[in-house]
Amino acid sequence: MSATSRGHGATLAEKILARAGGRDSVVPGEIIEGRVDLAMMHEQGAQTVQPFHEMGATRVWDPDRVVIAIDHWVPASTEGAAVLHRILRKFADEVHLPHFYDVGNHGICHQILAENGWVVPGDLAVGTDSHTNMLGAMGAVAAGIGPTEMAAVLALGRLWLKVPTTVRINVRGKLGPGVTAKDLVLRALGEVKTTGATYKAVEWTGPTIERLSMPERLTICNMTTEMGAKCGMVAPDSKTRDYLSGIAKHSMHPVYADTDAQYERTVEIDVDGMPPMVACPYSPDNVRPLPDVAREHVRIDQAFLGSCTNARIEDLREGAAVLKGRKVHAGVRFIVSPASTAIYRQCLSEGLVDLYTDAGAVFTNSSCSACFGGNMGIIAPDEVCASSSNRNFPGRMGPKEGRIYLMSPAATVAAAIRGEIADPREYA
Amino acid sequence: MREIIEGRVWTLGRDVDTDQIISGKYLTIIDPNILKTKVLEIGLPEFASQSKPGDILVADANFGSGSSREHAPQALRAAGVGAIVADSFARIFFRNSINLGIPTIEAPGVRAIFDRFDIARIEMREGTITNVRTGGSVSFPPLPQHLIDLLEAGGLVEKVRRELANRPSSRDPVSP
Repeated sequence: MSATSRGHGATLAEKILARAGGRDSVVPGEIIEGRVDLAMMHEQGAQTVQPFHEMGATRVWDPDRVVIAIDHWVPASTEGAAVLHRILRKFADEVHLPHFYDVGNHGICHQILAENGWVVPGDLAVGTDSHTNMLGAMGAVAAGIGPTEMAAVLALGRLWLKVPTTVRINVRGKLGPGVTAKDLVLRALGEVKTTGATYKAVEWTGPTIERLSMPERLTICNMTTEMGAKCGMVAPDSKTRDYLSGIAKHSMHPVYADTDAQYERTVEIDVDGMPPMVACPYSPDNVRPLPDVAREHVRIDQAFLGSCTNARIEDLREGAAVLKGRKVHAGVRFIVSPASTAIYRQCLSEGLVDLYTDAGAVFTNSSCSACFGGNMGIIAPDEVCASSSNRNFPGRMGPKEGRIYLMSPAATVAAAIRGEIADPREYA
Repeated sequence: MREIIEGRVWTLGRDVDTDQIISGKYLTIIDPNILKTKVLEIGLPEFASQSKPGDILVADANFGSGSSREHAPQALRAAGVGAIVADSFARIFFRNSINLGIPTIEAPGVRAIFDRFDIARIEMREGTITNVRTGGSVSFPPLPQHLIDLLEAGGLVEKVRRELANRPSSRDPVSP
């Protein structure tokens, strides 16, 4: 059955899943067995090993389609973390998985996939982290799964997927000075909410999206996870091809939504005149214009510039432009954690490590760092953190009372300077 | 898969995310028997010490949102939950929970018909959940055959084990 014989064309997700399922076309609600182009594990992959063995599997379907990238506790900060790393290293040796990004060559798993060209247009990628959605920026379906499911993927090279309906977010207008892709995705979260795309695909379209750089597209696809989405994506174009030129690990097979694709709904966003945005405790969809929050003088104890959402070199440059010639507020701990070792080295060569540390920040090695409350940068129960990360649920940075405000890198730095939430445009 | 599941109910609100089920500070623990002592520490602190095997969780919308951590359903399975029922689930939690063989049922409106410690009766084939105390009930669409098969097998591990064992051309040795 051709796409047109159903009376309408296919969305980007439907096109990709049709290919993965070996079909001419698919319809939402249908269950397919999708062939996996790339499987990624971080520390949670340690829980893949036992079910893999219990399944009776001895070989991985294609070791060149599997990446292991440890990131949550790097280097290991507890005995438990060391054991997880040890299990993964032994497993990689046992079943011959060569693509292991270990300590010294490490980074946040999604950034490792992006900057090494592991996911290309048209791919079906799965990873043991919920923010695997980020790789949808390559024009792929990229989704998070759990470690038992990953064991089945390693054994079989495929998994069942229900073809999702697609929510389109169509964006027009020009982001103003000091207003970023992070502000756009926060604004979208304020409208779609944390359950607005549950089980669904999110497809970003429109002239504003076409103008976004690849790092910006990574940021907006990353936080489709917070909308509940199975995957979030941007159609591939010349920017995608340029980004992947020379680094793509396998051949591209780009597909595009039909012009008559049927979306479950379309959310229209016009960013002309949009101010910076902030997600207030305790939900990423509790979004307000940042200037309104700044007027309430929300004092902070910690600022965190890091995470898979916003710790690429472009983000750290954006923060540095705000911080240059200024100091971190005396009452604030400012933690900067680049998204990969490659970015860390780039910061060194551009003088950004000096710039941040001269201003009073601590510049850490690459890891998930303070984002998830299990390693470093934990806050006390009555403390407040301004963060460039993606979640502010109760307990996300440790104690359930801790208050996290999500914002752009520029706004995170502005808060670090003023000691309270501040409009980054005042530091232009 | 049991056709009829009956158990004492623990109720939960909406948006109980995986951080509230198993906090980030416990993610280096992979022993389910230790995880179960930490389960719902933020979302329902008395559950870990007071729950009994066979108890049923009844949550409002968006249960299990947030991270992909399988620690969350692992801990609930180790605690012996008989089923997890919610107005709606976050997708990775739903998959993880089904993959572990836990009856995981989405039934819009279910939270509103239960109070804590009511008895729930779930009829899997008919697709109904009844409050034994009040007689109130809601229906749910029966699970797709694919997921029934998963639960019948006892979870994804056993399902894939059978598949690998039955591969005629497979050279994989099969574990006993």
